[in-house]
Amino acid sequence: MTTSEKYVTAAYLVVLAVVLLYVILYSFKLSRLEREVAELTELAQRRRAA
Amino acid sequence: MTYFADVAALARKDILLELRSRDTLPAMLLFVVSALVVFHFALPSDASVTASTGLLWIALLFTALLGLGRAFSAEREQRVLDGLVLAPCDRSAIWLAKSLGVLVFLGVAEAVALPAYALFFGPVGWELVAAVLLADLGLAAVGTLLAAMAAASRARELLLPLLFLPLVIPVVVGGVGATVVDDPGRYLGFLALYDLIFAILSWASFEYVVAE
Amino acid sequence: MSLRNNQAVLLAAAASVLLVAGLALALFWAPEDADQGFSQRIFYVHVPIALTAYACFGWGAWKALRLLWTRESRYDLESYTAVHMGVIFGILTLVTGSIWAKISWGVWWTWSERQLTLFLVLFLFYCAYFMLRFSVESGPRRANLSAVYALFGVALIPVSFLAIRLAENFIHPVVFTRDGPQMSGSMFLVFCVCLAAMLGLFASLYTNELTGKRLDARLRELREAVE
Repeated sequence: MTTSEKYVTAAYLVVLAVVLLYVILYSFKLSRLEREVAELTELAQRRRAA
Repeated sequence: MTYFADVAALARKDILLELRSRDTLPAMLLFVVSALVVFHFALPSDASVTASTGLLWIALLFTALLGLGRAFSAEREQRVLDGLVLAPCDRSAIWLAKSLGVLVFLGVAEAVALPAYALFFGPVGWELVAAVLLADLGLAAVGTLLAAMAAASRARELLLPLLFLPLVIPVVVGGVGATVVDDPGRYLGFLALYDLIFAILSWASFEYVVAE
Repeated sequence: MSLRNNQAVLLAAAASVLLVAGLALALFWAPEDADQGFSQRIFYVHVPIALTAYACFGWGAWKALRLLWTRESRYDLESYTAVHMGVIFGILTLVTGSIWAKISWGVWWTWSERQLTLFLVLFLFYCAYFMLRFSVESGPRRANLSAVYALFGVALIPVSFLAIRLAENFIHPVVFTRDGPQMSGSMFLVFCVCLAAMLGLFASLYTNELTGKRLDARLRELREAVE
């Protein structure tokens, strides 16, 4: 690969990396949300039982 | 017109307070002269007119920041801002009055800074004076609004420079340009444009900044 | 717009298709530029990202205006998310622009690139937006301050651009010129596809992020109701 081809590829890869990083961070957030929903469901059921 | 009467009353209050307490203005004067002296040591000996002009504008910016940081401090310390906001006057009148006060302080500071600059560095032409006057309007308008924003936050002194500096880059360009370029008209016109746009924007949006 | 609708899924799918298509077209199909050769192809990713960043800031300012106009709190979240996306795209603009500068002229930064300088100023401005949000308690006050600041940002864009142009008269940067691509028809087509792809990416990420933030808020409410 010539130098310019390397740099062009690098630019596209940077964009891809940032988008994928976003996806990863987002999946962390989603798992946290899932955990909270599970906690709250349990709390609500306990409340109803009591 | 009660609007302008309100503005006059509020502006007069700020200036009188300053004349009595005498804390902000002497600090600004001392700061700007000290900064100019520091810049003399910071500039290499063959520095151009553009370099020393640029540093003058930086000194003016930071002097403005100093004054603006104190613009709402009196109100904050005594929670007078809530009282002002409840007062039956248009909120934008508060902005106008504050800006006028800041303008006066800046003017006084520059009345000292420009002769000092002429003494330490080089002659001050009419373009520099005109540019400084025009720039003052923009700095006061935008700065007052941002100072009110910063006053509402937890990190006041830290936040104000961060908000202020990106917004006033055009003022620096206009000011330095008007001083060093042969035909300053375009730059002075640009400063006037900046003043117009941001004064109107600040005037219109101030009530949202101080509202609850 | 919640993820329950098929709308968000369709948006993501459309964005993905456009992105892959745009990438393929840009790297394989687009004609080679006579002057710059292969390195010109960065144009297809750099300029659409830059334009999308402007679109993000404009969208954020529009939502900010709606907030100040109607005082409905949902606009605060929408405006904030748009500005957040704008900063991400802004960072990408600066990085891709820097890479392009490196290829074209061998330097990682040059002040003679007006668009890049403008993005730097805007990047600083919108970073301060986050500082502002972090140092004010959440509530209508923070929403109003953020909205006013977002509006100032949009006013700053043309004023800064003018300032940067005027500054060139006395700053005398080492002037690099790049023959603006005299875009042929096929080049323009590829550009449009890439632009649509980036805008689609913004729309899709924006929708997802907004849904996530809203879920956060509702969960918090739910927690308060249950505990």
